[in-house]
Amino acid sequence: MAKTMERNDTAASQKEASLTKLNPLAQKLKLNLNEDQLTNCMRCGFCLPACPTFRETGLEAESPRGRIALMKAVADGIMSPDEVFEEQMNHCLGCRACEPACPADVKYGQLIEQARDAIEDHTNSHRWWVKSVRGVVFKQLFPKQNRMRLAGGALQLYQRSGLRSLARGAGLMKLFPEHLRDMEAILPDASPKGIVQRMGTHHRAKGEKIATVGMFRGCLMDVMFTETNVKTVELLSAAGFEVIIPDSQGCCGALHAHSGETSGAKKLARQNIEAFKAANVDYIVSNAGGCGAILTEYDHLLHEEAEWREDAAWFANRVIDISDLLVRHGRLPFFSELAGETNKQNKSDDAASKAAIRITYQDSCHLRNVMRSSNAPRTLMRQVEGVEFVEMHEADRCCGSAGIYNITQPEMAGQLLEHKMENANATAAHYLLTSNPGCLLQMKLGVQKHGCGTQMKVEHIVDFLHERMVEKQAASTIS
Amino acid sequence: MLDEKIKKELIAVVGPNYFKDDAEALVTHSYDGTPMLQALPDGVIYPENTEQVSQVMKILNKHRIPVVGRGSGTNLCGGTVPINGGIVMVMHRMNRILEVDLENLTATVQPGLITKSFITHIEALGLFYPPDPSSMAISTIGGNIAECSGGLRGLKYGTTKDYVIGLEAVLASGEILRTGGKLMKDVAGYDLTKLLVGSEGTLAIITEATLKLIPPPSTKKTMLAMYKDLNEAARTVSKIIENRIIPSTLEFLDNATVRVVDDFAKLGLPLDMEAILLIEQDGDQEAVDRDISLIEAICRGENAHSVSVAESAEEALKLLTARRSAFTALARLRPTTILEDATVPRSKIAEMVMEINRIAVKHGVTICTFGHAGDGNLHPTATTDARDSEEIHRVEAAFEEIFEAAIRLGGTITGEHGVGLVKSPFLEWKVGEAGIEVMKGIKHAFDPHNLLNPGKIFAKQSRKRVVLQHG
Repeated sequence: MAKTMERNDTAASQKEASLTKLNPLAQKLKLNLNEDQLTNCMRCGFCLPACPTFRETGLEAESPRGRIALMKAVADGIMSPDEVFEEQMNHCLGCRACEPACPADVKYGQLIEQARDAIEDHTNSHRWWVKSVRGVVFKQLFPKQNRMRLAGGALQLYQRSGLRSLARGAGLMKLFPEHLRDMEAILPDASPKGIVQRMGTHHRAKGEKIATVGMFRGCLMDVMFTETNVKTVELLSAAGFEVIIPDSQGCCGALHAHSGETSGAKKLARQNIEAFKAANVDYIVSNAGGCGAILTEYDHLLHEEAEWREDAAWFANRVIDISDLLVRHGRLPFFSELAGETNKQNKSDDAASKAAIRITYQDSCHLRNVMRSSNAPRTLMRQVEGVEFVEMHEADRCCGSAGIYNITQPEMAGQLLEHKMENANATAAHYLLTSNPGCLLQMKLGVQKHGCGTQMKVEHIVDFLHERMVEKQAASTIS
Repeated sequence: MLDEKIKKELIAVVGPNYFKDDAEALVTHSYDGTPMLQALPDGVIYPENTEQVSQVMKILNKHRIPVVGRGSGTNLCGGTVPINGGIVMVMHRMNRILEVDLENLTATVQPGLITKSFITHIEALGLFYPPDPSSMAISTIGGNIAECSGGLRGLKYGTTKDYVIGLEAVLASGEILRTGGKLMKDVAGYDLTKLLVGSEGTLAIITEATLKLIPPPSTKKTMLAMYKDLNEAARTVSKIIENRIIPSTLEFLDNATVRVVDDFAKLGLPLDMEAILLIEQDGDQEAVDRDISLIEAICRGENAHSVSVAESAEEALKLLTARRSAFTALARLRPTTILEDATVPRSKIAEMVMEINRIAVKHGVTICTFGHAGDGNLHPTATTDARDSEEIHRVEAAFEEIFEAAIRLGGTITGEHGVGLVKSPFLEWKVGEAGIEVMKGIKHAFDPHNLLNPGKIFAKQSRKRVVLQHG
């Protein structure tokens, strides 16, 4: 039968008793998990409606409150971490929508990373494709930008040489789980040449210089979305920023940190701090919410390393998303619809219905919930002349991409995407814009799978704006 | 641990996916929104309809296994902590709006429906359901009914009990009971509907509710008044009522709360204010304008340091920020936040707040008070740390004295959170020995084997009341 556990009376004895009996994972979890944060959760339940996995399943265990209760139960020795526990920790998207919803300011993101870090040291329950993806991503590829570029080249070769059509035609792709096949099909054309190879490392501001920004190019961004990086630099320059792209920077380490590979994340953090410190920039700009968020948390990531504390804080305080930087500090260029986009047939006086192009936006969870930036991208989108911005219902809800979640947890990711696309389709937008490469790929997949034949284009907000920037007016709209 | 045979019987009713007894399910149904309480159940069951609830109850009754009905587990009285083990029955799957009857202005809903979803749905139809507990974004209608939830609009519009006019519920025996209906008048026997509202899951499992809806007010106006003297603020509250004005919202923040809120939200509030009143009136434009200017005059007459009336929705939102941030600001102060709801006649607000402050000082604990001044429902909130057992003992002693003070002033130990586990030792102070006996008789009539949420409302032992003399 159950027993009542009034924590005050029993916690100490539980702790002693449990330490000796705990299995190695339980011991590691106990060490890793921040006791203050576990205590700060007062179980009010206000996070539940914000949590995508709770909303999909209705199960308490699939909520932030439930997951924290599980972590605390392990730390208190009430339960032993089993496979279900591991699975539950990995089932969290890490979208962190629970954090803005939390009255007590519980750092859920830190807790889930601490839990996963402990699990990664002890688990042997990953499925084969998860294992190989993790191995390649965390150890081989992402930490090394030159390998990323090489991989980009290989991918380009695969895509262009006819190997892709051969693989698809020969049914080779059928060897992979369906969701991996789906992903392969929507990958953009990769490039072996990153932004530095394309443009060099220094770019002057147009007009009077407002500030010097260091650009965080991102590893995936720089291989798969080099063009977006180029346009980011041009947009920044047009808005009055001098741009430096330190070439010694590496991957941000977000995927590592979120997946329990903390030591890998720390190594990358130190590398990036050194690279940008040397460039002595005013801001560190990111065009990927997933990268930007972890960059703002380098101070926390390295908080145990006294010699890095000051530099990590220097770095974290300078990180800003491209949209925020443009809106808050930039000289905004004039943005207008493309020639041919004007709807000449529509004679309505209402400006919005006159617009021929309708756009909508999918928030990047980490941009919104960690960098707390949701207004700036919308402000920019509303400034494009002749384009109507419509808000998508639940744009603030995760699309299911969540780093490598859509690869490791395909069922839940697929369910979230399907619901996301119902809302996207309801906007009848011509363009769906995003601020993060993961979201962008996931939404492309969504349009392909559930787009109901619509021709909705999925673009990075930078690409959309850059194409509609009317350069010659830039100087005259100084405000 | 549940007997394998009983488990099989339960699974035969709900299917294998909807009965769980693994560690994950047990741990995540061992708590609710109440600090420092945890007890593991033996199983968790998720019924799909009334028939399943009935069949499950019959099985549990046969084997004498306790059952705790649960919505989202946001209550603050330990109401859904399964202290005697047994089965937690989660009502989330029964979350449909069965009907909105526009001719009778009623809605019939299932208990697992999220309150906010319901309100959004009927507001789109141009209707109004006033009960608005602050957990409404996740709390369920069933949970609100079980606890008779209140909220900010209670003063003018009443609480959950005033809107529940019919219920379907499953008794401990598994029998299905129907009470009330789409009826504005019904005196056929005892009012079992109202009896079940606020019964905290101890009398029956609610499986369906018929709710009264009303037309929404057409406009709303918001104002804020600040006072250097607590008594002046309290007199303002009394005068507003005396002047036959019932505002839709009449909220209060004390000085300790003002300081915490200002530090958190950086609102630039004057920190020497002893009280802030947030007042709203809704209704027809003309009546709202008249009431608000009258209230403004009353505030000034009572020497308010400043009075601001919002001229737009944005301004209103700004004025609301202080009150809205109160809970968040307090919750961030210390790891553990204990929010109580001692309630007094509204004419006793000032006395009660001063008592709370005196008691907090006496026990050396931090208690900030905010709440619904208009209906005398205060939220003295202690910020503390569950890991410091010495401090927790002082907090408990302080709350015991606060309950005693509330009773002494003609008030109650709980205005809207319920008795549950936390306040059961004090219930007798409010209802007396005779009251307890009558309630126990009712409990026995509904649930002779004490299977429905056992251990709640009735304490094993009532707390001895120590009436303190202050002079």
